[in-house]
Amino acid sequence: MTFLGMPLLPPKRRQQTDLPGGQGNIIEPESFPDVSHQHLSNQQLRNNIGHATSTIREKRADVVAELDDWEALREAGARTKNEVMANLPEYLTQFEEAFSAAGGIVHWARDADEANAIVTDLVADNAPVLENGRREVIKVKSMATQEIGLNEHLETAGIDAFETDLAELIVQLGEDKPSHILVPAIHRNRDEIRDIFMDKMPDAGQLTNEPAVLAEAARRHLRHKFLTTKVAISGANFGIAETGSLGVVESEGNGRMCLTLPETLITVMGIEKLLPRFADLEVFLQLLPRSSTGERMNPYTSFWTGRAEGDGPQNVHLVLLDNGRTRALADEHGRTALNCIRCSACMNVCPVYERTGGHAYGSTYPGPIGAILSPLLTGVEEQGNGSLPYASSLCGACYDVCPVKINIPEILVHLRGEDVQANHSPVSSQLDAALTGASWMMSDGKRMTATEKGLPLAHAVTRGEQINALPGIAGAWTSSRDIPALPNKSFRQLWAEEEGEK
Amino acid sequence: MKIALFATCIVDAMYPEVAQATVTVLRRLGHEVIFPLGQSCCGQMHINSGKFAQAEPVIANHVRAFTNTEWDAAVAPSASCVASLGHQQPLIARRMGNEALAEAAAEVSERTYELTQFLTDVLGVTDAAADLGSYFPHRVTYHPSCHGMRLLRLGDRQSSLVRSVEGIDLVELPLADSCCGFGGTFSVKNPEVSSAMLADKVRTIQATAADVCTGGDASCLLHIGGGISRFERTGRFEGAPDITAVHVKETSSTTVGNEGSEHLTAVVGADDDDHRTPGEDGSAPVEPSRVQAGFRVGQATVHLARILASTKEDPLRVPSEGAAVSGGSLR
Repeated sequence: MTFLGMPLLPPKRRQQTDLPGGQGNIIEPESFPDVSHQHLSNQQLRNNIGHATSTIREKRADVVAELDDWEALREAGARTKNEVMANLPEYLTQFEEAFSAAGGIVHWARDADEANAIVTDLVADNAPVLENGRREVIKVKSMATQEIGLNEHLETAGIDAFETDLAELIVQLGEDKPSHILVPAIHRNRDEIRDIFMDKMPDAGQLTNEPAVLAEAARRHLRHKFLTTKVAISGANFGIAETGSLGVVESEGNGRMCLTLPETLITVMGIEKLLPRFADLEVFLQLLPRSSTGERMNPYTSFWTGRAEGDGPQNVHLVLLDNGRTRALADEHGRTALNCIRCSACMNVCPVYERTGGHAYGSTYPGPIGAILSPLLTGVEEQGNGSLPYASSLCGACYDVCPVKINIPEILVHLRGEDVQANHSPVSSQLDAALTGASWMMSDGKRMTATEKGLPLAHAVTRGEQINALPGIAGAWTSSRDIPALPNKSFRQLWAEEEGEK
Repeated sequence: MKIALFATCIVDAMYPEVAQATVTVLRRLGHEVIFPLGQSCCGQMHINSGKFAQAEPVIANHVRAFTNTEWDAAVAPSASCVASLGHQQPLIARRMGNEALAEAAAEVSERTYELTQFLTDVLGVTDAAADLGSYFPHRVTYHPSCHGMRLLRLGDRQSSLVRSVEGIDLVELPLADSCCGFGGTFSVKNPEVSSAMLADKVRTIQATAADVCTGGDASCLLHIGGGISRFERTGRFEGAPDITAVHVKETSSTTVGNEGSEHLTAVVGADDDDHRTPGEDGSAPVEPSRVQAGFRVGQATVHLARILASTKEDPLRVPSEGAAVSGGSLR
């Protein structure tokens, strides 16, 4: 392959960091343009996402505007998380001591495989084998267990995991993947949900597509599980280093049922979820609900500290998950991505997400945060993850709404630099070659002047007409946009002539 | 004041008339304008493409060009390029281990202003009709570019100045703060998503029935104009599936500007009432959403510097007066 006579060379591979990358559902299978292509033409998806994100966006804007110290809260949130990241080993040790002292048991998992194995063993030890020869667990909505593919792993080990969050239940019963971290079934409409319920809930009976009817069917389906299942698995929004407490923030109360009714509670939490002090929640419980659901406060906030004698689960475990987080932490230009509290405000304002939906990102973490978090956890060398940082016009709307001030556009640009180093050479594609030529030209005003002296010729060749089609990479531009006729002279030529006349 | 014009590469090579208009406006206020000849580009194209090593000499060239001559302030008709000077150049120079360049770039950037930022904050111009003699008796809508809004925090500086032009009928652009989808090389790396964003931007502009869409960044206007031109030429939005969740509606009849005109609003997604999937409940699949308000053939984009430079004596013509439009840009 050549471009303008220059050979297109294969990229030179970069020296990789020796820190292991994460595994599991954090990998874009192909490049983002290819994957997003499959979703862009889905009118149903566009309507649902447009409807949901614009509604949440307005609610968020309203409740944020109520607080005159919102910027100070964001600043405090960012500062606290930065403090955690700068002292993570110390806070993790402090947390482990406090959690253990309160009767909880801490497990450390390097990656998805280790975490899945730990949880599987714990379930095997604590959940009885039922008449169908399988074990059962109930689950609280959790990103970390999505990330490691826990449900799929448990299934192969003879364990059925039941999602209890309504939207996660819809996704699970539909044998589907979540497309939004807050509203995982955003891509489904009421008719589809009715069909899924009638098909997959043995006790559902005949249903209409009314939300109240669907919610009632789910409630009946789940209530039995809450009362009979011995083991629950959760994630956690916060871990408090000072006290060893874990917290889950939710809307439906199904999480509260899982956290209190079963005998055994297993929590899987990323190591970055820590806060130093209980008092830090003052800031975070203002930031999270307002950014996430656009509520002043969410309906159910549950905290537990190890085991409470005679009350709630008596067998309490925590799996602390790395899965690439140490790798991300080692990246000085990208590590603030670990500050993320999973509110989803960035996806609700993202014009790219709004059009492609969450599945286009191939990861548990979609939208702007996913476009930086997935490649930070795995490295840009991993399959399509090097293409994720380009899935943004850098409009900056995500940074403006981020409650912990993650400068997503800046990290996107940083990761593009990583991708260039790892996966591109100066001439490994037409675009690379064109940019290489442009760099040479633009590095010297004289070369720019000389190049622009070609304008009268180019103007003549194009007969002074607008340009509607171009070959090669420029054709990607003219796929949807015309180009104005080239001017006969550049500004600097006109300026030089005008100055010359004086 | 001695003002150094930073034309920006796209204006220099594609829109010389925008740089000329910028010079006209500044001279009208009695200032001397110089053009540092060594200038080329801010480097943003390479930076945003991850080509930091190739950006460094471009940044160095900019710094060299603007430290070779004496000037009081530098002015560019672009928010995006000015933002790149302050937000990106020092950062990238530092990434390349070039601390001296980072410091020099920061110094140049501190004295470089976007045009309306300079007019408003430094020169105190708030009334374009009174202070500049600006005159443009046409229906205009305004797209605030992302980097002006979110990096330079221009607020209403641009729209206020445009609104103060004599005779202008400035109509609000629905969903104005949505990105047009340009994003530099984003437009060719993810052309389908970019085109889908562009199509919605064009839909809302068409809904305003404005003669022209203005803004402060030639790059966004090149992109938007290119989309307008393509739609007017072919009758459809090419390059992306022709679907949208953008609905533009006429919500009330109020007086905007000097003429009575409808007030437009847009929602992303559908209202609850019509949040129905095509074909849901046996209804016939319908075209989910088309722009419902007026549509004017011959729309074009034009940089706000040219509107500010337009006077009664030397007015800027619009397409309906026979002005040339090329690739959707007003010539």
